[in-house]
Amino acid sequence: MARFNAVDIVLWGLRIGVVAVVVGGTIGTLLHNRYTAAQWFDFVVFGLTIGSIYAQIALGYTMVYGVLRLINFAHGDIVMTGAFAGYFVATPLDRSGFLNNHPVLGMSAILAVSIVTSTSIAVLTERIAYRPFRRVVGLAPLICAIGVSFFLEQTFRGMFGSAVKSYPSPDWQRATFQLLGFNVPRVDVLVIGLALVFMAGLYLIVQRTRMGTAMRAVAEDGEAAALMGIDVNKVVVFTFVLGGAMAGIAGVFYAFVYKQVYFFMGFTPGIKAFGAAVLGGIGNIPGAMLGGFFLGMVESVGPTLFLDGIGIPAPYQLRDLIAFTLLIMVLIFRPQGLLGERMARKRA
Amino acid sequence: MRRAILIGLAFGAGAVHLAVVGVLLMLHQRMIIVDTLTLGQAVLLLLAGGAGAMTGRPLPGLIAGVAAAVPIAVLAAVMSIVPLQSIFIALSSDLFEMLTLGQGLTAGISILIGGGAIAGLLGASWRISPSVVRRAIGPGAIAVLIAGVFQELIQLMLQQYEGPVGEFRDFLYTWEGLSPQGGVTIFIVVAIAGEVLGSILRRRAARIAAHDHRRERMVWAGLALLALVVLPAVAGSYVGQVLMLVGLYILMGMGLNLEVGLAGLLDLGFVAFFAVGAYTTALLTADSSHALAHLSYWEAMPIAVALSIMVGVLFGLPVLGVRGDYLAVATMGLGEIVRVIVQSDFAAPLLGGAQGILQIPKPRLGNFVLGNPVSLFYLTLVASAVAAFVAWRLENSRLGRAWMALRDDEDVAQALGINLIRSKLLAYGLGAAFAGLAGSIFATMLTSVYPSSFQLLISINVLALIIVGGMGSLPGVVLGSIALIGLPELLREFGEYRYLFYGAVLIVMMRLRPEGLWPSDVRQRELHAADETLALDAGADAVPAQTR
Repeated sequence: MARFNAVDIVLWGLRIGVVAVVVGGTIGTLLHNRYTAAQWFDFVVFGLTIGSIYAQIALGYTMVYGVLRLINFAHGDIVMTGAFAGYFVATPLDRSGFLNNHPVLGMSAILAVSIVTSTSIAVLTERIAYRPFRRVVGLAPLICAIGVSFFLEQTFRGMFGSAVKSYPSPDWQRATFQLLGFNVPRVDVLVIGLALVFMAGLYLIVQRTRMGTAMRAVAEDGEAAALMGIDVNKVVVFTFVLGGAMAGIAGVFYAFVYKQVYFFMGFTPGIKAFGAAVLGGIGNIPGAMLGGFFLGMVESVGPTLFLDGIGIPAPYQLRDLIAFTLLIMVLIFRPQGLLGERMARKRA
Repeated sequence: MRRAILIGLAFGAGAVHLAVVGVLLMLHQRMIIVDTLTLGQAVLLLLAGGAGAMTGRPLPGLIAGVAAAVPIAVLAAVMSIVPLQSIFIALSSDLFEMLTLGQGLTAGISILIGGGAIAGLLGASWRISPSVVRRAIGPGAIAVLIAGVFQELIQLMLQQYEGPVGEFRDFLYTWEGLSPQGGVTIFIVVAIAGEVLGSILRRRAARIAAHDHRRERMVWAGLALLALVVLPAVAGSYVGQVLMLVGLYILMGMGLNLEVGLAGLLDLGFVAFFAVGAYTTALLTADSSHALAHLSYWEAMPIAVALSIMVGVLFGLPVLGVRGDYLAVATMGLGEIVRVIVQSDFAAPLLGGAQGILQIPKPRLGNFVLGNPVSLFYLTLVASAVAAFVAWRLENSRLGRAWMALRDDEDVAQALGINLIRSKLLAYGLGAAFAGLAGSIFATMLTSVYPSSFQLLISINVLALIIVGGMGSLPGVVLGSIALIGLPELLREFGEYRYLFYGAVLIVMMRLRPEGLWPSDVRQRELHAADETLALDAGADAVPAQTR
């Protein structure tokens, strides 16, 4: 029988409180039955959409953490750079009507430019700011990463201004179609579908290619991998390339969904996606994808399902609250995540 | 040769970054010497000179200087061909004018390259010149820089004097800035003074023992502090306001210093405690419908501090078991949660939502209202002094030692019988107390509180200043606040670019001087010991660190 002290009591109180809010709120909401099936369907579709974006961002965190044991604090801002690059391609294409007449070509151009931009910035960041800290223990690498995050944000602010830019949305993106009697926005299906394709591609690269194998080897045991003749520097750069590419795509999709681009946009999704990565077990690639979808779902359905039922006004304002609470709960109660036992033992 | 070119190009890339972001043009608007040299031009010259100095020899220095000028010249050329301003808002015709000195493209580029070459050469010769020269030129140049950049402020301060002081001012300054003759005079006077003073100090330094340097540093610090106390009273309310802000950040810095610097708990949700202090004060004193009571400021402040301590402990409780970088993210999440709640309609009936709480009265002493910034500055100063005393005593107490042990290795500390829970909670609680006090003063300074004043950026500000000053070092906190809060506030137009500068500072400090500008003695010893061990096993260990 373990002894209980004040801390345990507080932690149990926290657990019970969160469970109580979730259960009580759900029951309350279901009893009131104020939302139609179509509304719930919208919440779920939006959750999957935003979740697929979080999943892509979370991949970047999880891969870098696996290889370097570093929280790439600036990863959210890499997402932002991708969104900006996409914006500067999409706007002229939209204005000239090209995006409307050649959707596939236009999309490819937007994604290509944003991938190239965010990948190069990610690699540059690694070279300039992270490599010198490769063997430094303690808080210095994280603090440096925070510095990088601010530097990137403010550089983009200086270059392109602090105003929120509206991302163009051509007609074919705005259209909806019918599925099982519900209206589904086409852009959501597009984002989820493409995200799944890209993530599957990434999974194949990591599992099947030589470089991917080397990456997994370094994540497993860097020292042994180096002794086996793996060029660790190359692997690290490769990791940042993959993560940067995913971040670029995610940035464009995020702009699709929210139709806004501004210099601080990467921060919140970045932090949330980090939570998703931890939730899935940091270092675990399928885990990050799963965590992303889970987080998106909770964030989208949660406010109405949990909070509306206990009588909180305007629950959608507290969406971030739910996401951050989930993040903290994971960090406190299950830092090893849902799938990542292996990594956890080293850390806990 | 290749190295010189690479160094030059790197510095040039830095210059292009400054130009594209808009800093260069902003600095160009500040004159150092009227119609002769602007701060922007000085920065460009310094970059080229720095590239030259890195090489250390004249010919490579010259090459590096040219290489540093090339990227800027290319930028100017590109700007003249393609109009980029629709995308990069900073690439205006004004910037083009500045880069080419209004001489058109070809002449401008030749001037840029020539200037780069000369600056690179000078930078390199600076490195190899005898120390006599360096001791004279260095302080002279810095004095001219300060006198020129802060001319507005200095003129404002000198304005109230007539007679000889007034005449002297008219000699040094025209109404729009430092005049050329003024610049030359200041340079010569300070150069000679620096030379004389330098040689005296060196002779003395040779005589006194090494450990007395610390005492000497303390004397300088005391003098600086004295200046800090007297300055606002003489310099007027603008300086008072700036110094007041510096004081608030000193308070918060000392609080975070207990957490990060001593106990090693990287807390990015620190702003939450600041918010608690401010909101408590507002709710208890404000003359608005949200107010819970109408206490005087002096009654509300202790309650605000006490509540901050409670929130700090509550905040620390759940994250007790979270370590290292996960802790940073968890605390940031907590801070964001506080902000989201304060902003939401859910808490609006209590906290006023996005509209905030208005009409917070100023503190009074008897019949005297501490209304103007200068008097509030003195309040901050007293609070900081008390806080500094507490922090200083804590540092050397049993608890302080326990924190340091905890920072270095939690498991070992626990094995040695340190109560982890108690020490950590005390770190959060006491750190929060400092921030709560700062928040309380902040609320009466603004006479209103809004949720938008309590962004994550404040936590980052405070973190940046203790890192610049030196983690775990009290004088470092003061130094960091002056450098990171006071300076940008004095260069008002700089405000927009403040966080760019902070980001760069965090990266550069971590790379070049992780112990900070004024490191605590313990920290410095540790870092040097770490260097030795690192050097010892550097050969064996050529892969990323696996255990953190």
